Amino acid sequence: MTKTNSEDYLRMYRQMVRIRTFEDNANQLYLSAKMPGLTHMYSGEEAVAVGICEALTDDDRITSTHRGHGHCVAKGANFREMFCELLGKEEGYCRGKGGSMHIADQSHGNLGANAIVGGSMGIATGSALRAKLLGQNDVTVCFFGDGATAQGLLYEVMNMAALWHLPVIYACENNGYSEYTKTEEIAAGSITARAEAFGIEAFKVDGQDVLAVNALTQKLVARCRKGEGPFFVELETYRYHGHHVGDINREYYRSKDEEKDWKENRDPIVRFRGWLVDQGIATEAEIEAMNAEIEEDATAAVAYAEAAKYPDVSEVDMHVYAD
Amino acid sequence: MREITLSQAVNEAIAEEMRRDATVFLMGEDVAEAGTPFKVLSGLVEEFGTERVIDTPISEPGFVGLAVGAAMTGARPIVDLMFGDFIYLVMDQLCNQAAKQHYMSGGKLKVPMVLRTNMGATRRSAAQHSQSLQALVAHIPGLKVAMPSSAYEAKGLMKTAIRDNNPVVIFEDKLMYQDKAPVPEEEYLIPFGVANVKRTGTDITFIATSSMVQVAEKAADILAKEGISVEVIDPRTIVPLDEETLLASVRKTSRAIVIDEGHQSYGVTAEIASRLNEKAFYHLDAPVLRMGAMDVPVPFSPALEDVTVPTPETVAANARRLCAGEMIHAA
Repeated sequence: MTKTNSEDYLRMYRQMVRIRTFEDNANQLYLSAKMPGLTHMYSGEEAVAVGICEALTDDDRITSTHRGHGHCVAKGANFREMFCELLGKEEGYCRGKGGSMHIADQSHGNLGANAIVGGSMGIATGSALRAKLLGQNDVTVCFFGDGATAQGLLYEVMNMAALWHLPVIYACENNGYSEYTKTEEIAAGSITARAEAFGIEAFKVDGQDVLAVNALTQKLVARCRKGEGPFFVELETYRYHGHHVGDINREYYRSKDEEKDWKENRDPIVRFRGWLVDQGIATEAEIEAMNAEIEEDATAAVAYAEAAKYPDVSEVDMHVYAD
Repeated sequence: MREITLSQAVNEAIAEEMRRDATVFLMGEDVAEAGTPFKVLSGLVEEFGTERVIDTPISEPGFVGLAVGAAMTGARPIVDLMFGDFIYLVMDQLCNQAAKQHYMSGGKLKVPMVLRTNMGATRRSAAQHSQSLQALVAHIPGLKVAMPSSAYEAKGLMKTAIRDNNPVVIFEDKLMYQDKAPVPEEEYLIPFGVANVKRTGTDITFIATSSMVQVAEKAADILAKEGISVEVIDPRTIVPLDEETLLASVRKTSRAIVIDEGHQSYGVTAEIASRLNEKAFYHLDAPVLRMGAMDVPVPFSPALEDVTVPTPETVAANARRLCAGEMIHAA
């Protein structure tokens, strides 16, 4: 690691902090009853989204999940349109029609979050099929959780992706929990072995280490562009909040000690911050200034979204069909 | 004019659109060398190659999901679902994913894909290969649904479906693949949401879909000999529905029977009959009658299967009673 990549490292740090800050604000909006519905926090998993998306271009596509704010930010979305969407406002990425679970930001290649667990596996693989058929060079990353490995669709699409050598990377964010159940109670055998059964090269990486995630993804993206895909990556990570923001009393399935251990000893932002300072890439003061600037951005975006207009009721039956 | 089979008409429509637009491709089980079990797609792989005519594993949710993703990112897939009964397998991909992307994204994402599949009983194929499930998908906002009643409609509707920017489901009656009809050599498209008045009449209107148009026409022939004048209308697409043409006819004739091969309860016939009641009530001289398939799983035995679907005789019998002013409480 050398200082020549300083800009990249600082951008990665900034993006991880932006995700954490976005989520802290979203959680506050829920707790203060300002946000309609529920939302699923990405906090704790930042190095996964950022490590992967920093290896992609705007032409590369991703599909996201119900826990999708992190992917959306990491792929380049703005706070303002995201908060507007969370609050159901006209200026949201989906004009308020999608909400937290369906944020899509096509301008940066985000094909959208999906509220059906595993629901976007076909879409991601189809995007890769399109790239191959039309001779386009982009790569698609399919984000999904460990819980989604229980869906049959995954095995159908991995089979086709492997048969046809499609440029898709299956990124399994293993945070240990399928909603309110420990994944080890519902998943037999090894997760990577599932992909290997189809002849897909599978990797396991520390999802709290943004540099490790990024280095691996860069290699795999380059190989996908050469027609060597698909690939499967299991990213070992942790979700700091419950399944959703309302899942507060959760000791019946997860201990506070376990949560404390991950937060204190394996936090991806704290780890990377320490590394940046050790390497002399940034000083503590510079990092604090960056954090403060991001917090200010988020506060302003929240205020903007709270004051923004709801869509006119006449929009309710717009966009059912495309012209 | 030359006559070709419904099967040839579908094949021609797809071939023409694949020549015209390099982003159109075809995928499904046994669509390439086999050309489907009904041989509808024979010859396409020879012209367009295995890159664009793709044999898939037997993974219906998987390959329909792939089509959704390909469509969202710039291709125009045509997916072949070997039997309409397999729609149950792909409901999430079709109804949660394809149908909703445009709306959920506030109009940013589009899903220009065609799912072609089939329907129709009396082929002795029993309960899992004989259903007519158009009502299931017609219920879902965001999907369009076409039901060709002859080779002519099959070609024109398929070409329109491929060029449409929305997910379109086309139901072909599998008993009609070898039926011939006049089809022009020159290119034509049939717009969605424009019903076809097959014959004009003054006493009663038959609104019929797909192969039920043939049933309605035969019933109309029987009734003509008895002095009952029937207007027969084929909506051609049930989503969008050409309500105006149907209403205009019923306002004129004052009686209507709606005929569709899906199950009668909560079905296509119920929806159309209800709209006629709501919007032409004061023009009606008799209740609008629904005639669908019986509310039973399709039985195997020919002795049983044949009584589950409307026939020219049962349609004519109901029409006589309506025109005679008899109160009909149930078909």
